[in-house]
Amino acid sequence: MYQYTQEQLDSMKKVEASRQERLSNLHARMTADEKDAVLKQFHPDYIESAYETLKVGPNKGEKVLHELADLLQGKSRIETSKIDLSKPDYDVDVLVIGGGGAGSSAAVTAHANGANVMIVTKLRIGDANSMMAEGGIQAADKPNDSPAQHYLDAFGGGHFAAKPCLLEKLVKEAPDAIRWLSDLGVMFDKTATGEMVTTHGGGTSRKRMHACKDYSGAEIMRTLRDEVLNRGIPVVDFTAAIEIIKDVEGKAAGAVLQNMETGEILIAKAKTVVIATGGAGRLHYQGFPTSNHYGATADGLVLAYRAGASLLYADTLQYHPTGAAEPTQIYGALVTEKVRSLGAQLVNKNGEAFVYSLETRDVTASTIIRECKGRGNGVKTTDGEGVWLDTPMIDIIGGEGTIEKRIPAMMRMFGKYGIDIRKEPILIYPTLHYQNGGIDIEADGQTTKIENLYVAGEAVGGIHGRNRLMGNSLLDIIVFGRNAGKYASEKCKTVEVKELTLSHVDAFNKELSDAGVDTGKVSPQLLPNYKRQDL
Amino acid sequence: MEKMVNVYFFGKKYSVPQSLTIMKAMEYAGYQLIRGCGCRNGFCGACATLYRIHGKTELKTCLACQQQVEEGMYVATLPFFPLVKQVYDIQKVKPTEQIMMQLYPEIYSCIGCNACTKACPQELKTMQYIAYAQRGEYAKCAEESFDCIMCGLCSSRCPAGISHPQVAILARRLYGKYIAPECKHLLDRVAEINEGKHDDSMADIMNKSLEEQKALYNSRDIEK
Repeated sequence: MYQYTQEQLDSMKKVEASRQERLSNLHARMTADEKDAVLKQFHPDYIESAYETLKVGPNKGEKVLHELADLLQGKSRIETSKIDLSKPDYDVDVLVIGGGGAGSSAAVTAHANGANVMIVTKLRIGDANSMMAEGGIQAADKPNDSPAQHYLDAFGGGHFAAKPCLLEKLVKEAPDAIRWLSDLGVMFDKTATGEMVTTHGGGTSRKRMHACKDYSGAEIMRTLRDEVLNRGIPVVDFTAAIEIIKDVEGKAAGAVLQNMETGEILIAKAKTVVIATGGAGRLHYQGFPTSNHYGATADGLVLAYRAGASLLYADTLQYHPTGAAEPTQIYGALVTEKVRSLGAQLVNKNGEAFVYSLETRDVTASTIIRECKGRGNGVKTTDGEGVWLDTPMIDIIGGEGTIEKRIPAMMRMFGKYGIDIRKEPILIYPTLHYQNGGIDIEADGQTTKIENLYVAGEAVGGIHGRNRLMGNSLLDIIVFGRNAGKYASEKCKTVEVKELTLSHVDAFNKELSDAGVDTGKVSPQLLPNYKRQDL
Repeated sequence: MEKMVNVYFFGKKYSVPQSLTIMKAMEYAGYQLIRGCGCRNGFCGACATLYRIHGKTELKTCLACQQQVEEGMYVATLPFFPLVKQVYDIQKVKPTEQIMMQLYPEIYSCIGCNACTKACPQELKTMQYIAYAQRGEYAKCAEESFDCIMCGLCSSRCPAGISHPQVAILARRLYGKYIAPECKHLLDRVAEINEGKHDDSMADIMNKSLEEQKALYNSRDIEK
């Protein structure tokens, strides 16, 4: 049994007492105006003091969070004069930077298309947010659903800001992404007759969330990793890309690499480059905890920006409504949205439901922050405060055994600390989860500004607009990973790389000094620093 | 003041807050982790760890990101373990008993010690799923091994040299591709899209004005 405080135990009793009543009386959905109001007042994206204006680079004049500005306008890790580009250590057709779901999908697809492809990753292949996605992957493949319906849900959920050509690709190629994964052997939850078991996610109008229990991302990622290894695609691990290399015509032509353990510098030359470096949760924007993996430090954005690529919606982040707020050992860890898909409600310290369970993530997170900061209805926790997620409702609604069968990872995560989520509700608070913005690309995956530079996965901006629906990220790493792999391997057949250069790094340095910018940071950051501060 | 405990990282003693996980305790002690740290949430298997409590004989296994420290804990992380992964073509293999015999014959040397099961931080019935694999019962092997995070702790304790996680992923891929029932509505939808049957409805919604799109979104019917 977990050692809750007396105040927490008293509040938990109120949650139990109101459970029966809440089972039959669902909280009303919010109107469009109510949503706008709570977002403006409580969503972290609207806190102006957290932002600053970029002084250099392609997005000069636009606002981003301080932590990102420091890195985008940071110092390079290299002195270009000391880098010898004349004898590359690797010379490949397609260089994929990042070993998560997007990078692996791109590599497998490029390899199938006959390209000589190599993956470079600063940790191991599979150390990625892809591995941690629990809830599922969307695709409109049921008779009552359609790509157009999926488009409407995602476009509206992203506040009508998505780049239409990207979102169109996402929803139209979704069913084929599921087919591709199934063909590789991914075990989706199915009925005995082969029908996909699908649920709602926040903001969906059809039940189109496909899952592999609550190990959806892990099942997809380990399968893709196995396929990369079966194909003999070289994976250079514990090696970070620290600058993009261009040729004298200004086209992307490789990357400067650095061994994470020995510091050795290596040069990779390539006809096309795919950035698939993922997100930025480990920058802990605005002091938030994060659900992200250890390497999520926006490296790809920094590499691309310094090379001259522009960013889209870099100012908008997703704070997942339900990060673990207690126990402190797992503070910020993701509690999958599937918990709410299966019926668990959000409840304040008085035992009152305060929001419909499946509003979009930004709206739901904002109502939780409002409940705690604006209304004083939060429960005090070790690290701050939180509200209850009433998990026992799941087995009441779905029948005994539902939790064990559908969300085993959640049961295990809390079970390790003596919390049985079948019997007790859990405490949650929003956690930094997803980078909505990223590098601006066209529908072929190529950056808008730099030829032969492709992007896939969370490093892309604009697919989802200013908020992403659950299940559309696992989808985008597959759709846009395959997309980048396809076009990058096609394009490399006609590319002739000219002399290599890092002159863009020198030019960026000059721009920084001309503007008098010195953030004191070296970038890309590569890893967070969690060492004790007073050492 | 938070209660402190003494732990030993690779034999060296550090005093750390009792509330921390092993991973956070290492960072508290001053380690900048590169290996042995991945998702920090129990999904990636990067932080497989062995430990023994002072005065006790039992060797325990865990994930450093999930396990809380305790007094007298002697910790050795296992950031890499040389699993044997056999290469195969998923399009050509078939879910027969022979495929395991060809690729992972060592599973038939299992001596039934169950050390793998005891070592699993996910509490899987590891030896049982190997038994299913031996018999070519891939559906059962896939289900029993599903929560495997491929940390390799099972294999580190195996006297027969079995790479359990690699056996399991082969079984799961065979199941997912060849044994699980085919999904007809999925294949139908893929065919419709390839034939252009959804082009008009997509164009229709994309060509509407923003005001019309907003109105449609706010009034859309939601499946119960």
